Amino acid sequence: MNMKHTFVAVLLMALVTYLPRALPLAVFRKEIKSKYIKSFLHYVPFAVLGALTFPDIFYSTGTLATAICGTFIALILAYREKSLVIVALGAILTVYATGFIFPA
Amino acid sequence: MKKEFLYGLKRGFPIALGYLPVSFTFGLLAVSGGLPIWMAIFISMSNLTSAGQFAGTNLILQGAGFLEITLTTFIINIRYMLMSLSLTQRLEKDMTFPKRLLIAFGVTDETFTLASMEQGKLSFPFLLGLISGPMCGWSIGTALGAFICSSLPSNLSSAMGIALYGMFIAIILPPAKKSRPITLIIIVSIVIACTLRYLPFLSSISSGFRIIITTFIGEGFGALLFPIEPAVTTNE
Repeated sequence: MNMKHTFVAVLLMALVTYLPRALPLAVFRKEIKSKYIKSFLHYVPFAVLGALTFPDIFYSTGTLATAICGTFIALILAYREKSLVIVALGAILTVYATGFIFPA
Repeated sequence: MKKEFLYGLKRGFPIALGYLPVSFTFGLLAVSGGLPIWMAIFISMSNLTSAGQFAGTNLILQGAGFLEITLTTFIINIRYMLMSLSLTQRLEKDMTFPKRLLIAFGVTDETFTLASMEQGKLSFPFLLGLISGPMCGWSIGTALGAFICSSLPSNLSSAMGIALYGMFIAIILPPAKKSRPITLIIIVSIVIACTLRYLPFLSSISSGFRIIITTFIGEGFGALLFPIEPAVTTNE
């Protein structure tokens, strides 16, 4: 792996991660008027995180069966509005435990 | 001043804790994918984001070009603009430019959510306290995962692969429960993501561009069908 290429890529990632965070805080003092732009921005986390989670979650553990079990538990815990730690750990432990029933 | 900082620190602690398993997984995946330990930690310290740096690092490991890596990371991170925009409405009026730039670095899905739940104006010491814990948690978790990488039993390390997605589900499911538009947008995005992935002709599209296309269609759909009325959003 080319370390120089990787380092530049990481710096670019850091830049495009920081800019969306900093620009509004640095320059914006008013409220956005267009309701379409506002709505578009409002829905960003849901479209992005939804598309990032499915279907990739099913391939995240190396075994489809354990991933489905982990997803199921995560959905239940999140639906009951448990904290991030509980949902993440609950999913990990479920995958780990069901891994003994469905070995890779 | 000191009291506000400590209060922020206290509020941010559960987030820092929640970041540990996820950033641990990141350190693990980055190092087992071939990155040096210092690079994994450097990514977490300089990016401080979940989805963006997972996706970006995956693309680096796949040998993708700068354009795809940068564009994908950017699209995934556009959501921070809304959060920062929303925060601008809540900051104490006299907060200086350098202080704003510093706070900006710590805006994440979770710190933003907690900050929005506070009453009244948000002070600089409070926000600094709020982001300090999660920043440390994210880096420490990454370092642990990167160092422990080789000595962790393989069935446990592969189980940790689900941590990031578990966190995403924990973020989007509670709001989806309360809002039909959000539920529909999530479903539409998932359907598009799966279509792009599994249809023979479309499956050649790389994972980064798949996220970009899905986001634009999913949100365009949401913004056109369920535009938010101004009165509803002023408090968000």
